[in-house]
This record gives sequence, structure tokens and C-alpha cells, in this order.
Amino acid sequence: MIKILISLILFLMVVFLPVGYNVYTGKTAYIPVLQPPEQRGECVENVMFMRKKHSLLLEKWRDAYVRDGIKRYVSINGIYKISLTGTCLECHSNKTQFCDRCHDYLGVKPRCWSCHNIPEKVAKK
Amino acid sequence: MNRRDFLKFTGILAIGVAAHQAINMLSGSDARQSQKKREKWAMAISFSACVKKEGCKACIDACHFIHNVPEFGNPKDEIKWIWQSPFETVFGDETNVFTKSMLKNLSVLCLCNHCENPPCVRVCPTKATWIRKDGIVMMDYHRCIGCRYCMAACPYDARSFNWREPEPFIKEINRDFPRRSKGVVEKCNFCEERISQGFLPACVEACTERALIFGDLNDSDSEISRLLRTRFSIQRKPHLGTDPKVFYLF
Ligand code: HEC
Ligand code: HEC
Ligand code: HEC
Repeated sequence: MIKILISLILFLMVVFLPVGYNVYTGKTAYIPVLQPPEQRGECVENVMFMRKKHSLLLEKWRDAYVRDGIKRYVSINGIYKISLTGTCLECHSNKTQFCDRCHDYLGVKPRCWSCHNIPEKVAKK
Repeated sequence: MNRRDFLKFTGILAIGVAAHQAINMLSGSDARQSQKKREKWAMAISFSACVKKEGCKACIDACHFIHNVPEFGNPKDEIKWIWQSPFETVFGDETNVFTKSMLKNLSVLCLCNHCENPPCVRVCPTKATWIRKDGIVMMDYHRCIGCRYCMAACPYDARSFNWREPEPFIKEINRDFPRRSKGVVEKCNFCEERISQGFLPACVEACTERALIFGDLNDSDSEISRLLRTRFSIQRKPHLGTDPKVFYLF
């Protein structure tokens, strides 16, 4: 009986070792630090909406722009040119410290950048 | 519900539906559509003006720069939005041996014809390519699955497939227009991104000889409408019934 208990405890210790390690080094509490855009001003929609739904907003932008020929987006914060590179990344010019940090943390991999230009890589002419 | 009530009910329903359609027809959506007249974009290419400058490629360079068209340096992988081809290849069906030998050395400028009846659109399985109300045959690169049916359907060779990743082969990237990636088909978009801002297409703007004329066919006073009314013009392969909107002027 005692043997079984000891081996069970040992087993559980081994299983939960990685969790313990992460708690010890503080990694479980890790939240990526996002660098807000340098130029202050408001996002296209309010921040809570953007945090939750920016992927849907971008989808809407894409279809509006390409399929319906709508080139501007009107929100409560103003009128925006519909452009991934020219609008979103114009403000969020530090893509690696903003978009990527959050996406990497959450394991999201948008395929947009195989076509859409990243200002950090391509200088403005 | 008994039989009598049922018949009454369906009768009233039928009258309702008929009335709805009659109202629609009379007050109609047709009237609303004709009020807002659409443009119909087209281009004319003047042979005589185009050949004036020997070896000029201003229009091609301008287009390929602003649209991030790669240059692979081999014809097998070539991506082209606007290009030159020998007269014989372009107008092989429309002319005879004498004209062909006379114009043997003439290179003709080609681009997507933005057909009124585009075969590429008919075959696209994902609706990644379609014809807009203003006549532009658009590509939605987000929907293209790279099946290349459109390339087989296009009689003008206006579509190119990205066999390789194009990015390293773009000489200078224009940040304002997205690139394409390996596995999608691409072609001329009549500069719809410029037209929507009120600019002329890049090739038209770049041409110093004014060999390219762009305008609205639905406006009978536009330069292109007047030119096509008064000068002799031909289209590529008109017998196929695609009705190209790129005209060649003599
Ligand atoms: C195969 C290449 C490709 C990929 C991948 C791609 N796009 Fe695009 N996208 C384009 C092209 C080319 C245009 C411009 C179309 C035009 O003007 O004719 C465009 C236009 C857009 C536009 C409107 C104009 C602009 O410049 O931003 C939005 C918004 C957009 N795409 C969003 C996205 C999003 C979001 C993703 C990723 C989920 C994505 N795209 C992935 C090629 C691509
Ligand atoms: C006018 C500048 C501006 C533009 C344009 C802009 N943003 Fe923002 N964005 C901001 C600011 C400022 C914040 C708030 C940052 C903060 O408070 O941490 C923000 C916040 C966000 C957030 C939430 C971040 C968080 O803290 O959770 C997301 C996601 C986001 N933006 C995505 C986008 C996308 C996608 C686009 C293009 C459709 C875009 N932004 C366009 C300025 C802009
Ligand atoms: C606060 C965290 C966060 C930030 C910051 C953020 N994203 Fe996202 N993004 C997500 C999450 C989570 C998803 C996946 C869930 C979803 O689709 O809504 C996502 C999805 C996307 C998608 C759709 C991916 C796909 O495959 O369809 C795009 C495009 C995108 N983000 C673009 C951006 C851009 C551009 C920025 C920077 C301007 C940005 N995101 C900043 C969290 C973030």
C-alpha cells in the first residue's frame, strides 16, 4: 500500500514538473507587453472592439475594398483609407512589437504578409 | 382549418405575391438602376504613336513598378501585366500573309482586354475573378486558389501564374500596393486603385507619345468615344465573341 502511494506521488510530481517550473520562473503569469503606437490618437474603432474583432474588421475591409470598390471606412473615430499597410501599419508601425507579439503569444499566424508590405521592411518611397 | 378556409387563405396569399411583384415591376428597381449611369472603361492604343520611340518601355516600367510585378528574367516564369508581342502573334487571325510580312518587325502593346464577355470569369471556380459594373475584370487574390483555369480560358495570354515566390525578384518594392505570393494568378487591373482616386492608369500617364487613350465608353463626349467613332480600329480576336475593351487604332 505505502509503495503504491509513494510511486503515485512520484508519478504526479514528474507529471506536474513542467507546470511547477513555469510557476517558479513566473512564465504562467506572462502577458506580452504591447508597444502602443508612437503617434497618439485613437484606433479605427474603440480598443475593446479592436482587441476582439480586428480580424473580422480586416475581413470586412478586404471584401469591401476588393469586391465592392469601397475605398474608405467611416467609423465613430473618423474616416479611414482602407489599407492594411497604409492605415493599420502606418499607426502601428512597430508591427513586431505589437501585432506579432500578441499573435505569437496566442499562436495566430495571419498569412497576409506574404503579399501585404510591412513598413519596417519596405521603406516608403 | 377546413378545406374552404384553406382555399381562401391560399387565394389571398397568391394575390399578395402577385401584387408585390406588380408593384416592384412598376415602381421598379430598373428605374433606380438607370438613374445612376455607370462608366464603361476602355482603352485605345494608337499604333502610329506607339512606334515613334524606338525601344520605349515607359508604360511597362511604370505599370510593373507600381504593381510590384517581379522580373524573373526567363520567359517560362514571366509575369506580365502589360507587355509587347510581335504583330503576327497578336493579330495572327485578323490579317493576311501580306500584312503580316509587312508588319513583321512591329511589336504590339498588349494588356488584359477587360472583355465584356470574359471567358476567364466563366471558368473561375471560386469567383476570384469577375466583371465589375464598370467593365473592369477584377482579380481577388484572396480567393485565388491557383487552379489556372482562367489562364487556359483566356485567348489573349493576359494572365500569369506565380510559379515561384515573386518577392525576391521585385526590383524595387512599391509599398502602396500589395505583392502577390507563389500560387496565385495575376493580371492587369486597369489600375482600378488609381481610377477610384481619379487618376489615369499608370501606363497611360507614363506614355510621352500619348499613344494610350483611356476613358469612358458610356460618355459619348469622352476622347475615347470620339476617337473610336472617327478612326479605324480593331480588337483582338473579335470572332471569339469576347468583345475586348482594348482597341487598336490605325
Ligand atoms: C496572395 C496575396 C495576398 C494575400 C495572402 C493577402 N492579400 Fe490582401 N490584397 C492583395 C492584393 C494584391 C490587394 C490589392 C487588390 C487591388 O487593389 O486590386 C489586396 C488588398 C487588400 C485590402 C485592401 C487594400 C489594402 O491595400 O490593404 C485589405 C484590407 C486586405 N487585402 C486584407 C488582407 C488580409 C487581412 C489578409 C490576410 C488574412 C490578406 N489581405 C492577404 C493580396 C493579398
Ligand atoms: C490612428 C492610429 C491607429 C490606426 C490607423 C489603427 N490603430 Fe490600432 N490602436 C491605436 C491606438 C492608439 C491603440 C490603443 C493602444 C493602447 O492603448 O494600448 C490601438 C489599439 C489596437 C488594438 C488593441 C490592442 C490591445 O491593447 O489589445 C488592436 C488589435 C489594433 N489596434 C489593431 C489595429 C488594426 C487591425 C488596425 C487597422 C484596421 C489599426 N489598429 C489601426 C491606433 C491606431
Ligand atoms: C491583443 C492581441 C492582438 C493584437 C495586438 C493583434 N492581434 Fe490580430 N489577432 C489576435 C487574435 C487572438 C486573432 C485570432 C482570433 C480571431 O481571428 O479573431 C487575431 C487574428 C488576426 C487576423 C486574422 C488571421 C487569420 O488567419 O484570419 C489578422 C489579419 C490580424 N489578426 C491582424 C492583426 C494586425 C494587422 C495587428 C496589428 C495592427 C494585430 N492583428 C494585432 C490578437 C491580436
